[in-house]
Amino acid sequence: MNGLMRSCVRALGAALLALFAGAAAAALPADVVSALAFGDGDERAQAIGKLVAGGDAAALPLLQALIDGDVQTVGEDRVLIVKGDAATDAVTGAAVSPLPASRDDVVVNNRLRRTLGTAIAAFKLASPDRAVRLAAAKELQNSADEDALPAIVAAAAKEQDAEVKGLLVQTQASIQLASTDRATRLAAVRVLAGSDSGATKTLLAGIVQKKDGKFVESDEEIRAEAQRSLAAVEGRLAKGDIAARVFSGISLGTILLLAALGLAITYGLMGVINMAHGELIMVGAYATYVVQNLFRQHLPGAFDWYLLFAVPVAFAVSGATGVLLERAVIRHLYGRPLETLLATWGLSLILIQAMRTVFGAQNVQVENPAWMSGGVEIMTNVVLPYSRIVIVAFAGGVLLAVSLLLTRTRLGLFVRAVTQNRGMASALGVRTPKVDMMAFGLGSGIAGLAGCALSQIGNVGPDLGQSYIVDSFMVVVLGGVGQLAGTVYAALGLGIANKFLEAWQGAVLAKIAVLVFIIVFIQKRPQGLFALKGRTVEA
Amino acid sequence: MRNMPAMTPTFVPRTGNTGTGALPRLWSPRAWGILGAAAVVLLVVVPVCNLVVPAGSAFHLSDYTVTLVGKIMCYAIVALAMDLIWGYAGILSLGHGLFFALGGYAMGMYLMRSIGRDGVYKSDLPDFMVFLDWKAYPWFWSFTDHFWYAALLVVLVPGVLAFVFGYFAFRSRIKGVYFSIITQALTYAFMLLFFRNDTGFGGNNGFTDFKRILGFPITAPETRVALFMLTAAALIGFLCLGRAIVTSKLGRVLTAIRDAESRVMFSGYDPLGFKLFVWTLSAVICGIAGALYVPQVGIINPSEMSPANSIEIAIWTAVGGRGTLIGPVVGAAVVNLGKSWFTQALPEYWLYVLGLLFILVTLYLPRGIAGLWARKPS
Repeated sequence: MNGLMRSCVRALGAALLALFAGAAAAALPADVVSALAFGDGDERAQAIGKLVAGGDAAALPLLQALIDGDVQTVGEDRVLIVKGDAATDAVTGAAVSPLPASRDDVVVNNRLRRTLGTAIAAFKLASPDRAVRLAAAKELQNSADEDALPAIVAAAAKEQDAEVKGLLVQTQASIQLASTDRATRLAAVRVLAGSDSGATKTLLAGIVQKKDGKFVESDEEIRAEAQRSLAAVEGRLAKGDIAARVFSGISLGTILLLAALGLAITYGLMGVINMAHGELIMVGAYATYVVQNLFRQHLPGAFDWYLLFAVPVAFAVSGATGVLLERAVIRHLYGRPLETLLATWGLSLILIQAMRTVFGAQNVQVENPAWMSGGVEIMTNVVLPYSRIVIVAFAGGVLLAVSLLLTRTRLGLFVRAVTQNRGMASALGVRTPKVDMMAFGLGSGIAGLAGCALSQIGNVGPDLGQSYIVDSFMVVVLGGVGQLAGTVYAALGLGIANKFLEAWQGAVLAKIAVLVFIIVFIQKRPQGLFALKGRTVEA
Repeated sequence: MRNMPAMTPTFVPRTGNTGTGALPRLWSPRAWGILGAAAVVLLVVVPVCNLVVPAGSAFHLSDYTVTLVGKIMCYAIVALAMDLIWGYAGILSLGHGLFFALGGYAMGMYLMRSIGRDGVYKSDLPDFMVFLDWKAYPWFWSFTDHFWYAALLVVLVPGVLAFVFGYFAFRSRIKGVYFSIITQALTYAFMLLFFRNDTGFGGNNGFTDFKRILGFPITAPETRVALFMLTAAALIGFLCLGRAIVTSKLGRVLTAIRDAESRVMFSGYDPLGFKLFVWTLSAVICGIAGALYVPQVGIINPSEMSPANSIEIAIWTAVGGRGTLIGPVVGAAVVNLGKSWFTQALPEYWLYVLGLLFILVTLYLPRGIAGLWARKPS
């Protein structure tokens, strides 16, 4: 049975060769289609081989339909491809209407599924579209075995595109590693040195291994060569790994930065710990959600650009909420930081429950605009999502705007003056209550921007803010108050440290390690990394 | 330790009601009367009404009520501990839930081992360990089958952790919101740690399904009432202990540290020892409350360590009135009775009420409920 299977798949390989030679045929042969639908496992595999040998592009939809479970039979002879309510005849390609009432599904087992997958990928290697060929080559890289080798060799010889060709050559080499010919194996091992896939690493590591006291690969020269190739692949993989981790660290860091930036301003200015800061982030995320829904309802054509509109809305809504909280509650508690902490915690509970009442306790869906989905692939298995890249850039923009605001405007001057010495600033005529209100609004608005950014990469729900509050405090505590630089270094440092520890010890222990580090760090430098210089009076 | 001064005070601030500079009595005769009446109600009337009075009678107390009041008394002990450190020493801890949970976990370890082979898997190991395919108890579970050892852990684990943490924090003069935030980080870190299955404390589910304590079935009415009486006795005992501390010279120095730490230091005191003492004591009291809480409620899991739980402890104390001893007890009772009523009758409004409580109490009732009766300070 297995032998028969093997031989027929070999026939498939030969047929693929014929395919690349450019054979063309007319409609699908009825007997082959019938064997495919009604035959047993081996008959079907042979039928697939014949279809591919025919090289007719019309066979591809049939194979695809078979793997998708869309092929149905009627009676003893008719084979249909059924998609929803529409059906076509598998042999002639003509539409069938009305749909016959009694139909049977054609069930495909896993073994046939693999054969089908390889056949479809091989078919696609002949596609004029580069993207389709690339996808097919990637598919083959993971699934191909020696039966597909002839097709891959032929396709590699014809391929013009360097990337697709490289993939095909790699796949060819990894199959050839099992060859009985020493020279072929040696050449294959050398070719594999250029690979950057994890599968190749496993493959090469398997060769140099000892099993039952004997080397898997008996030839010493090949072993040495494989060892060299393995080192090269591992080096490349490690580099990719580090690159990916640095990027995700920076990404996490910029998110922390966005969340903590507003907090640093309000805490630095007023010495007030705003426990509702996380909820202002959440309000910003919900504002983005509302804008998204409005665009979907009223301006579906411009849906891709709703974010441009959501950014100022999120800033305004969160900023206004912040000003409201400051006027209603926080300003009555200046000089009593512990009480402020409790009162703002109460505000956060009310905001959470209000969101539950208005939008429901479930998470809401915020969709990425089309231009933010997908990503740049810098290496195999290392993809940088566009959404994260956009957020890194966005955080940079926000940081720039805030630092310009603080250093170049009159409000910024007042904010810095009040931060350094409230009494003196007031004596010189700065209206400190107004500065407090504006600064609190600014900090809250930045929280709203953070929420807008977070809505693009995570869940939006009433508890969104809670998960960021401890982290953003840690950033502020670590960075020290009064200077943006401290916040920036602390956020990026914590982000990257967190991601590297995560790879080493797992996410939970990494987080604990970071928290313990901060607790110890505060012992040494209670003012944070970058304390304001000058004399301060203890309250 | 920096320039440790002599401990003999050169200046004892006088308090209003004593005139001679001598320390006041532990309680006034009236307060002794109220305390005695409370003790009689909790230690005699409640047990009799629950166990002896038949279920049909108007004077019968249901098991539910006994458990609820027992639970609230545990919370009241925690609020009292919080008051010692916050109301009298001015240090707001947002991590007291951690000490409560650690005490609970220490007791829970003993209770888990008392299950014996009665678990779902009929194994010597607790069910969650069988589930993780562990073959033996980890080292930190050793001896926990002895009650005395578990009781020792209830005191030592929160105590040592608080002592070490407090020593470093107070030595670096971390105070105010910074201290609050790092205690919050501490309890958050422990919560994450205990949520892991590999930590060895049952992960997400924690400990539950207890069968017996010291050989007595844990769900039997007599056991429940015994635990209730023990909790009541602990609450009254800790009230007296708290009173003894705050009326002593030690208590006066603590109050002085709360009001003007720099001046206390200029007067020749080192605040470190005072703060450390009351901080560690407070943690130990929380641990004991946790140990009393777990057998009554029947479950302990890491959510007890969540920052939200710890901050709620602060609001019990604030509602009742900081800087008074009876206040936190009243506050814990009022808030938790309100909570159990609201979460049954109007669950979606409880967070609004709790949130408003935080805001209104800090804005309009800084002295809490107890402040409503207290005479205006001269």
